[in-house]
Amino acid sequence: MRFLPTEEQLDFTRTLRSLLGAAEVPAAVRAWAAGDHGPGLAVWSRLADTGLFALAVPEAYEGMGPLPVELALGFVELGRAGVPGPAVESAAAAVLLARLGEEAPAKRFLPGLAAGTATATLTLPGGSPYALDADAATWHFTVSAAGELRLAPAGTAVAPLASLDPARRLGAPADGGELLAAGPAVTAAAEEALWWARLLTAAQCLGVGEALLGRTVEYVKQRTQFGTPIGGFQAVKHRLADTLLGLEFARPLLWAAALSLEPGEIAAAKLGAGGAAYAAALTALQLHGAVGYTEELDLSLWLRKARPLRDAWGTPAQCRAQVLQSRER
Amino acid sequence: MELTESAQVASFRAEARAWLAAHVPRRPLPSLETAEGFEAHREWEALLAADRWSVVSWPEEYGGRGVDLERWLVFEEEYWAAGAPGRVSQNGINLLAPTLFDHASPAQRARVLPSMASGEVIWAQAWSEPESGSDLASLKSRAERTEGGWLLSGQKTWSSRAAFADRAFGIFRTDPGADRPHRGLTYLMFGLREPGVTVRPIGRLDGKPAFAELFLDRVFVPDDDVIGEPGQGWRIAMATTGNERGLTLRSPGRFLAAADRLLALWRERGDPADTALRDRVADALVGARAYELFTRAGASRLAAGTPVGAESSLNKVFWSEYDIALHETALDLLGPDAELAAGEWAEPWVFSLAGPIYAGTNEIQRDIIAERLLGLPKGRR
Repeated sequence: MRFLPTEEQLDFTRTLRSLLGAAEVPAAVRAWAAGDHGPGLAVWSRLADTGLFALAVPEAYEGMGPLPVELALGFVELGRAGVPGPAVESAAAAVLLARLGEEAPAKRFLPGLAAGTATATLTLPGGSPYALDADAATWHFTVSAAGELRLAPAGTAVAPLASLDPARRLGAPADGGELLAAGPAVTAAAEEALWWARLLTAAQCLGVGEALLGRTVEYVKQRTQFGTPIGGFQAVKHRLADTLLGLEFARPLLWAAALSLEPGEIAAAKLGAGGAAYAAALTALQLHGAVGYTEELDLSLWLRKARPLRDAWGTPAQCRAQVLQSRER
Repeated sequence: MELTESAQVASFRAEARAWLAAHVPRRPLPSLETAEGFEAHREWEALLAADRWSVVSWPEEYGGRGVDLERWLVFEEEYWAAGAPGRVSQNGINLLAPTLFDHASPAQRARVLPSMASGEVIWAQAWSEPESGSDLASLKSRAERTEGGWLLSGQKTWSSRAAFADRAFGIFRTDPGADRPHRGLTYLMFGLREPGVTVRPIGRLDGKPAFAELFLDRVFVPDDDVIGEPGQGWRIAMATTGNERGLTLRSPGRFLAAADRLLALWRERGDPADTALRDRVADALVGARAYELFTRAGASRLAAGTPVGAESSLNKVFWSEYDIALHETALDLLGPDAELAAGEWAEPWVFSLAGPIYAGTNEIQRDIIAERLLGLPKGRR
């Protein structure tokens, strides 16, 4: 048993990290929040070249997947860089379409999602009623409680609702649209897509938490008060030690969830990573002091994401309930 | 990356499970922090040792099975899931034995390890002193040269198990003139019933004599009981804190079993409308799994040749705080019965409260995490 990423998996994450480190993501996030998707989609297109989006799509439809471990490791990097856009939703839509067991919709949508030339957002039973970034996504899928999968009509995207994270643009789905499939297979595939969305959001949370911790560690090393870096004070050190602790114990939960894809494990990973990232945000804010409470500091891009991501595709309460449900005899 | 168990490991698991099912006492033993319980637990150690289950990770020549960390984790899972007794010999097995494997002579290992494995000799630790706790390197107890050995004088305290144990190990000042406090210390072993040793048991918070003060007045220790070179005691004592010991001090199996029992208690006594308490039960399940997986990742890293290092401080803070939260949740579930000292969760709760204090306080551990893992500047403690 070797419960660690392989060299190949580590190479992949390093590639993503260096690509995103050079991609001026913060500027793209700010543009995205202002409704200009160009710079963000340019980042997406570079990500597509790494094959990231193909990992959720089976080989039969021009993908390389499903490879949930690689995908989860990749999404940690998306969170670390703060990449905007419906990445979780595009991957979850791919899972939904692949699991339907119907050739036509799979052939029609999956190759574009695998190549990263198309993006998707979706709303599912058990998820939020608001679709993320519907104004930017190529396709907007909806699954109703009755098990109807529809493609929301193009060009009818409602005006986005402001989120606590301006880079997450929310929209309530328009009624109607083309019926793509219906029945119990849709419901089952939607449930599967929900678990994947929860897993990949957990991965993003972990990356967001790491970014917040890393930036705060750098800040407290150079911020001087009373003639000494504040990072030498025990009150500051211990808070950061606890932040690292939370993230380091969430990480193996994420790995195990990606390996098993078992709903209880995924819920545990989301609970752990979401909580650790939000705690990291509160610590980052406190230790930056007043400047951390400003929108002009790039730290705000992650600070504002931590709370919505903690709740997206599985609130702590939903995840705890799932953990207990998975232990029913 | 994988989490699958090989057929060989599964067969080891089955063998351990079958043995435990046949041998674990049906009724819990009396508390190991009492004279009667100590002896009952010593007999249990002998039973374990007779079938080579007391120290599975040790080489066969010393009574072990030579199994790797993965199998050790499996054994511990099975051990605690079976409701087996606490390990009265854990100070020797967890703290002294790794030091012996790394630093003792073959003759010392052959002399000390088999009787440790069988429970014939139970070991206590003798680190702290009244004026030297977290600042251990400031310790004052001396070992002075005499013909054929050393004479120990001074006072040790918070010595776990010492009220009933046979022997102890610790570090002593052999060169008071050394230029730095952590130089001039020597690691040695001594008998608790030797002339010159006075053991004064100390009642824990619940009154049980779980630890003791040791007064040492020119206690003779032969050269054979010095581990490593004189003057190297600090380095030797610290060398094993960051390796396997950091991973094995508290096994995940213990917390997995406790979380399972907590879940059973919730099902038996929990009020489904009390969602706050229900959430804490879920957190206990998730915490035990997180600790297990963190340890498995650490074991994989060790197996790949990467030292664990300061990560063991993350491990220690996590389990010690987790342990308290888990037991608090159990007590809350018990309602008025939580107060009963004979309750199944009562003594473990008392024990859990000491976790953030011993084996390096959590304040010191957080300093280590901040300085060595995050690279923050050293400051005054």
